[in-house]
Amino acid sequence: MAGAAIPLSEASNGSLLRISGIDVQGVLRRRLLDLGFVTGNTVEVLRRSPLGDPVAFRVSNTTIALRREESSLIYGELLGGEEA
Amino acid sequence: MSHYTVAFAGNPNTGKSTLFNLLTGLRQHTGNWAGKTVTTAEGEFTHNQHVYRAVDLPGTYSLYSNSADEEAARDYIIFEQPVVTLVVLDATSLERNLNLALQVLEITGRAVVCINLIDEAKKLGISINLKAIARQLGVPVVAISARNQTGIGELLDQLERVATGAFAGKPLKITYSDEIEQGIAELLPLVEQTVGSRYPARWIALRLMDGDSSLLSSLKTHMGRSTSPAHKEVAGHGVTACH
Ligand SMILES: Nc1nc2c(ncn2[C@@H]2O[C@H](COP(=O)(O)OP(=O)(O)OP(=O)(O)O)[C@@H](O)[C@H]2O)c(=O)[nH]1
Ligand SMILES: [Mg+2]
Repeated sequence: MAGAAIPLSEASNGSLLRISGIDVQGVLRRRLLDLGFVTGNTVEVLRRSPLGDPVAFRVSNTTIALRREESSLIYGELLGGEEA
Repeated sequence: MSHYTVAFAGNPNTGKSTLFNLLTGLRQHTGNWAGKTVTTAEGEFTHNQHVYRAVDLPGTYSLYSNSADEEAARDYIIFEQPVVTLVVLDATSLERNLNLALQVLEITGRAVVCINLIDEAKKLGISINLKAIARQLGVPVVAISARNQTGIGELLDQLERVATGAFAGKPLKITYSDEIEQGIAELLPLVEQTVGSRYPARWIALRLMDGDSSLLSSLKTHMGRSTSPAHKEVAGHGVTACH
């Protein structure tokens, strides 16, 4: 995997990432793909819930909340937009 | 007078129920189907002397992820075999919505793709090339606004063409990697022998390779219910062989 890839769970609010891989198999992988977490697709980190988990992501024009168990297994390359 | 069943499939919040209510008016009632606790609406409408029974399926992003709603929608399309599956898409979010459309088209070509919320898309400056999409998908594609009631006549005309068989296009067939196509080729004869011509064999082969145990158990239930004992034996054998 490319060096710049980080788990979505590590990206800060406001950042934009291009998905580079999903480290999950089976039904959960299928679910994530169906929700739009497809390699090459762009994801925006919208906001965190008060306790930091789950995190809301914007993908293919829809807001989807993922728990850390899921978002830590999706990798992406930062495209910018990150808050200072 | 014929009676055609039309299933309304689509992502959540794409306006299925709005369209359903518009077409069926006050005649809808709430229904429930085989073995599921998922409730759906059923109603009737008429167009050019044909009577249609409309079934409003639960909104889903997919038919594969095994939530109760997705299983219900999938099982309805596979086992109840509506004459037409109407796939309702959100015009402002086509990329996401086409995922489900492709999944439906892999199961059945007896489908009409209905791009709803076209009023919203226009507001956002999105223009949609319906002809190009129809050419690629191989089924009729119509743009409507269920809220503003535009495009409904054209939608009903296309529905009629598919329902009556006047339209007989070829739905898009997705070709997979060599490895997967080879797997399909190996499984296909077994699947065909087991489920007969009633169910979409290529699609079932794909699902088996994906390890879709939920589909497998639905298949067992439905085949056990509707086939002769002789068939049951074959089914048991084939299913084992597919593992
Ligand atoms: N602007 C606009 N809004 C629409 C249109 N069709 C439906 N809506 C609105 O979209 C929202 C969702 O519509 P529903 O009909 O409930 O959607 P649904 O597909 O049945 O949703 P689920 O049952 O959750 O899957 C409602 O607020 C509708 O008023 C349309 O053509 N244009
Ligand atoms: Mg609805």
